[in-house]
Amino acid sequence: MYKNFFRYLISAIFLLGFSVNSNADFKVGFVYVGPTGDHGWTFQHHEGRNAVEAAGIKTTFVESVPEGADAERVIRQLAQSGHDLIFTTSFGYMDPTNKVAKDFPNVKFEHATGYKREHSNVSTYSARFYEGRTLLGHIAGKMTKTNTIGYIASFPIPEVIRGINAMTLAAQKVNPNIKTKIVWVFTWYDPGKEAEAAQALIDQGADVIMQHTDSTAPVQTAEKAGVWSFGQASDMQRFAPKSILTSIIDDWAPYYVERAIAARDGTWNQQDTWHGLKEGMVAMGPYNSAMGADLVKEVEQLQKDLASGKVHSFTGPIYDQKGNILVAEGKVADDGMLAGMSVYVKGVEGDIPK
Amino acid sequence: MALYFFTPFIAIILTILGGGIIFYILGFNPIEALKFYFITPISNLYGFSELLLKATPLCLIAIGLSFCFKSNNWNIGAEGQLTFGAIVGGGVALLFYNQEGFYILPLVILAGAIGGMIFALIPAILKTYFNTNEILVSLMLVYVSKLLLDYLVVGPWSNPEGFNFPETRQFSDSSRMPLLFEGLRIHAGIFLALAAVMLSWFILYKTYLGFQIKVSGLSLKTAKYAGFKGKTMILVVFMISGACAGLAGVGEITGPIGQLHRMISPDYGFTAIIVAFLGRLNPFGIIFASLVVALTYLGAETAQIFLQIPKYTGQVFQGMILFFLLASDYLLFFKVKILSLKKNELRH
Repeated sequence: MYKNFFRYLISAIFLLGFSVNSNADFKVGFVYVGPTGDHGWTFQHHEGRNAVEAAGIKTTFVESVPEGADAERVIRQLAQSGHDLIFTTSFGYMDPTNKVAKDFPNVKFEHATGYKREHSNVSTYSARFYEGRTLLGHIAGKMTKTNTIGYIASFPIPEVIRGINAMTLAAQKVNPNIKTKIVWVFTWYDPGKEAEAAQALIDQGADVIMQHTDSTAPVQTAEKAGVWSFGQASDMQRFAPKSILTSIIDDWAPYYVERAIAARDGTWNQQDTWHGLKEGMVAMGPYNSAMGADLVKEVEQLQKDLASGKVHSFTGPIYDQKGNILVAEGKVADDGMLAGMSVYVKGVEGDIPK
Repeated sequence: MALYFFTPFIAIILTILGGGIIFYILGFNPIEALKFYFITPISNLYGFSELLLKATPLCLIAIGLSFCFKSNNWNIGAEGQLTFGAIVGGGVALLFYNQEGFYILPLVILAGAIGGMIFALIPAILKTYFNTNEILVSLMLVYVSKLLLDYLVVGPWSNPEGFNFPETRQFSDSSRMPLLFEGLRIHAGIFLALAAVMLSWFILYKTYLGFQIKVSGLSLKTAKYAGFKGKTMILVVFMISGACAGLAGVGEITGPIGQLHRMISPDYGFTAIIVAFLGRLNPFGIIFASLVVALTYLGAETAQIFLQIPKYTGQVFQGMILFFLLASDYLLFFKVKILSLKKNELRH
């Protein structure tokens, strides 16, 4: 009896909050994990939001939302205050997003990099960053003198391991002696730790540094040490103009605009999106002229081939560290294998932390 | 004495005024901004329940800290004790994964309290027997516990089906705090906080231990002269403080979060220091203070959602509260005298 009473009371409150605002304009909400000025992950999502705004759709954002107990409240508040489509842009928002989606069936949710779509109003999306890593690997293999590539990795999740492997495979193709050294920093954003890791890798002989973390510290460290580096998530060229060879750029803008318009016009459907160079969700920054015209040409061709599907980042034969075959000759890895990737390929040094 | 309990209100009013000025400088309508900050978040039942949810860990930790601070023991590491409590409690919850039983949740809660207690005993023992500085030790231990948590959620305790993401499994329902109302996140942990308030009032004002604590806080020399056994008391206040922080941690992971991961606390352990002082180290004052400080968190979110005011203003507000509190204490309890120097005084 009381239970039911409360249930009605609460749903009435939810509905009240919702109906008051439902007549207002179509609005899109964004939840960011970092500050908009991180010049990496969140910065790029914010650029995407700006594009939605430029397309004439009202948007709201909340930055630096911790992936703990607060996330659910922020997402719920956005849903309650009349937002019709909500982008939650970090993996840690997966469960809160699905929980809130259950209570707001009329609101659409888009969760970045997650795998749970428990309700029909939740979509997931991510980018094939590994295609960019293939290009970096090709460049790194050609540019290194010490045959050692330093890699600053965040967490041993499939996305990060995929990047390490894609890079190593591409580098081996142009330089069979390549070794990939990895430092795990267990953070997405910690300029101090990232800089230390970069220095440690340089001290171990790496003359090309790349990172799967969000700050500009690694490229700045590389610039100081006079070694090559690559920008991550956004074009970081101005932070290390001499050292950066190119950047992998996450371009969320076209996707955000497309999905916002679809939601506004009532054509939004649940989907799991994984876009790459072809659709432009992964883009490359300008190539450093220090690479030489020939290499730039090669890389630009490879970029075209990856986009057209002529070349795949994971084309067999691919071996794991122990020499077992992962992908047979002539085959390419399917999306299922890519999504769950949890072993290093041959040529990567060290073990995946367990 | 009345003034003593009145200054927190002065501090809050000054903070609101200061906030209004900041909003004005940032180009927002100060009245509207303050409304979104302090009224909108709690204008419905859901918002109010979220306020209580947010205030619960702050209140618990601050109650514990009040024992330490009242007796001149500067435990700055409640965040670490919270984390360690969550680790121990979470470990027990994982141990009973997929098992049923009414006894599981109490065990998890108890484990959390004991975890926090043990972690607080480290600086206490080092202080009493090796004369180390408890501020430094307790603070540094925060990093130890956070790194331990990092290690556990990445490695041995990570969810086997979680694609190596740094988090454990979701706890089974048998080790989750019961929700008070369906659809709201407010959970039974709030009773732990209220019990802590009652109990701490009783201990502080009705027992010999409480008397010892207060005397030691007012004057260590008097306490020694009175023959109080200082060492035991130090250990006890740290244990109480650690247990409360551990309870707060276990309340978060078995309440709204439901698993262990790296972000179990947005620095509640540090914010609770502000809460403890704003509440005048008084159990009932702390309830009030925890609600005020919790509101600054919620207000920051609402203000960003509705007006796109940067969310970091929440931290600015917390800083301002503490600043104005200390300032008004200083100005109210110290007389400002303007001395005029007479000629004959100069000759001396």
